[in-house]
Amino acid sequence: MRLEKRANSSAVALLLAPVGAIVFTMLVSSLLVWWAGAPVSRTYGLLLQGGFGSVFALTETLTRAIPLMLTGLAATVAFKARLFNIGAEGQLYAGAMAAIAVGGMHGGTGFDLPSYLLFPLMMLAAAAAGALLLLGPALMKTRLGVDEVVTTLLLNFIVLLLVSMMLDGPMKDPMAMGWPQSVALVGDLELSKLIPQTRVHTGLLWGCTLSVGMWALMKYTVMGFDIRAVGANPRAAAFAGVPVTRTVVMVAVLSGALAGLAGAIEVAGRTSYLTLDMSPGYGYSGIVIAMLAALHPLGVMVASVFVAGVLVGADSMSRAIGVPTYLADVIVATSLISVLVATLLTQYRVRLK
Amino acid sequence: MPDLVLELSHITKRFGSLVANNDVSLKLHAGEVLALLGENGAGKSTLVSILFGHYIADSGTITAFGKALPPGDPKAALAAGIGMVHQHFTLADNLSVLDNVMMGSESLWQPFTRNGEARQKLLAVGQRFGLDVDPQARIGSLSVGERQRVEILKALYRGARILILDEPTAVLTPQESEALFDVLAQMVAQGLSIIFISHKLGEVLRVSDRVAVLRGGKLVAEAVAACTTQEQLAQWMVGHAIQVPQRRPASTVGSAVCVLTDVRTAAGRDRLGGASLTLHSGEIVAIAGVSGNGQVALAELLSGTQAATGGSVEFLGRPMPSNPALLVEQGVARIPEDRHAVGVVGDLPVWENAVSERLRSPSFSRFSWVRRGAARSYAEKVINVFDVRGAGASAPARALSGGNMQKLILGRALLHPDNTPEKTITPKLIVAHQPTWGLDIGAVAYVQSQLIAARDAGAAVLLISDDLDEVLTMGDRVAVMHAGKLSEARPALHWSREAIGLAMAGIQQQPALQSAQGCDS
Repeated sequence: MRLEKRANSSAVALLLAPVGAIVFTMLVSSLLVWWAGAPVSRTYGLLLQGGFGSVFALTETLTRAIPLMLTGLAATVAFKARLFNIGAEGQLYAGAMAAIAVGGMHGGTGFDLPSYLLFPLMMLAAAAAGALLLLGPALMKTRLGVDEVVTTLLLNFIVLLLVSMMLDGPMKDPMAMGWPQSVALVGDLELSKLIPQTRVHTGLLWGCTLSVGMWALMKYTVMGFDIRAVGANPRAAAFAGVPVTRTVVMVAVLSGALAGLAGAIEVAGRTSYLTLDMSPGYGYSGIVIAMLAALHPLGVMVASVFVAGVLVGADSMSRAIGVPTYLADVIVATSLISVLVATLLTQYRVRLK
Repeated sequence: MPDLVLELSHITKRFGSLVANNDVSLKLHAGEVLALLGENGAGKSTLVSILFGHYIADSGTITAFGKALPPGDPKAALAAGIGMVHQHFTLADNLSVLDNVMMGSESLWQPFTRNGEARQKLLAVGQRFGLDVDPQARIGSLSVGERQRVEILKALYRGARILILDEPTAVLTPQESEALFDVLAQMVAQGLSIIFISHKLGEVLRVSDRVAVLRGGKLVAEAVAACTTQEQLAQWMVGHAIQVPQRRPASTVGSAVCVLTDVRTAAGRDRLGGASLTLHSGEIVAIAGVSGNGQVALAELLSGTQAATGGSVEFLGRPMPSNPALLVEQGVARIPEDRHAVGVVGDLPVWENAVSERLRSPSFSRFSWVRRGAARSYAEKVINVFDVRGAGASAPARALSGGNMQKLILGRALLHPDNTPEKTITPKLIVAHQPTWGLDIGAVAYVQSQLIAARDAGAAVLLISDDLDEVLTMGDRVAVMHAGKLSEARPALHWSREAIGLAMAGIQQQPALQSAQGCDS
């Protein structure tokens, strides 16, 4: 058996690929549900209902989608330039720490600044923290050829330990009765709710705006061309006059900033303080979302809502019947693999010898 | 008639809708050199890959020494006595000649290597065919010609009776080629058979007994070498009579455009070590040399992708910037050696590749936003003027064939976006590195005629080529590159092939042609 490159991919194949991927994912997951001894169709029904079936479910899904959208964008931008940023998790926590440092510490005074100044300052600090965290690995990659996968991945653990130290030290909330939890943000800095009585907040607008912005940047600007050219063929890009090193560093700043913003928006929109379990791996899920979206910034919006819906739906499904929530992880992972295979099959055909 | 050693009958191989080999039948006799001739994509490599077991033919059979060869099994091909010398050598640089020759020929289960035995056998084989190589020498310290000898020895050591040589002279100096032909003659005299793949018509006629010509996957002609001519072979290769661009000397040579004085570049595999050269407007200066002697460094230096570490490079009287975008803006047109890996970004559409060099100029971007309309219409213009076929402006550049990709690169380099019917802006300097490498004859003629036209319009053209014929037909002046240094650039007519060959090998020649001096003003 071997793969042969297709001369041109037909439009039908391009349309059928994602459909086939979804069907395959459902089939594989059904096997697990069936193995767990639960009725397959009811399980899927509950999952769908729990994720998208009511206004409450939908708002919960959207709330969960917000940080995923931002980390998904962070991965998309970086991967487009072949900068494999696996450190969005750490950058997210760095952003959250920066947000608390600006908007929560100093006895909740916020530098005595009015909130219309303090809010942008907080967001900027979070973006800068994320960007700075990725800047080191990017410079080490361009200057010394150090593999960024290793450095960014390891930085995640360093940052998490730093958070732990801060929560027991300068950022510790004295009123939390020993819980490892930071001081809360100044109330004025919290993002307002999009729909009253739900948790979905204006961070969703940030996510969507940034998605569209990234799409425009990639498609219409010189920098977008630079990023795509450097990712596809750095030698040819350099020959054409693209400043390759500078582009990689700019991408690192952009990607880190997006992940940092995810942390700040999560704190300001949902938790209002920082804990060690604030992110259930949003940084890593961002990579999955970027791949599901085929590194398309607009696709990131759709993919993050899909993944969030599955995660939220699995929670309520699991409460109703005894299928573990891990089914959500299986669905997300299987869908990633089948989307990748389906994309491969639109470009290659399998030949049996 | 000597014994039949190899017979391919009715070989057909398809890749999707492409028929790479269409019912090809060939015979090879003992003590015979068969030349396999054809343009790129004619099916030579596919045929040889089937023979060697890398591919499996859709239909057809191969018989070697009277026995059927199982398809898709390189080991069986080796065992049947078929040896292959690839164009790109498959040697480990850090090991000795003996190690390379023995590699893979010993059983994994035997406890010790039998170096002594192997050494004796290697020396015996070398002596028999006149292939002298020190078994202890490290591959990395050998010249290209010597490495090729090691490749041939490796095949003979394993008992090859049929040797396939893929473009063996592409990397050799004329003298090294002659030495190779002597070795081939000895091998044939001892009853070995050789399949010689080439697209150089002269040497095909020189070394082979029979010539088989492939075109579009089909065997279109078979001839006895002594009874055919270069013109006839060329016509078979392309299917129609061809117009070879005639040498036209430069009419008016203008002022100096680019002056290199004792230029050095950073140490690497391929570097400049004190090269000097002056390029004038209205002339083509061709650089000959065995690849790896600094041609890459010279091309990269003048393309803005590598900086000089010593000496001076002046362009239009000022130091030349080491920045591709600035160079293009100042009128340097660049054609890189490797069009797939360096010339275009294959994943990006044709139109983006057409403007990639000038994307930062006001013609194609404003406030760092791409002017997509202007960019697309410029790309359409390049496609029309330079006849880029095979894919539209929106298709990824990888969909283009080699010839069309080269036309795209040539077009974007030569066609200034501000050109109007009344006023054309020609490049000041054209840096063309192997611009016709791997192209079919029609595309070669097109690229060469475009370069000559640009020269006549006043451009200074630097042509770096491994192909000596191209150097001698295109160059108004010719310089030879060896070990990072350039010889004096003399008028092409003052060079003999022998003199170029000696200079390529780095042998200093006595200044026999005193009259030639003074031409390099």
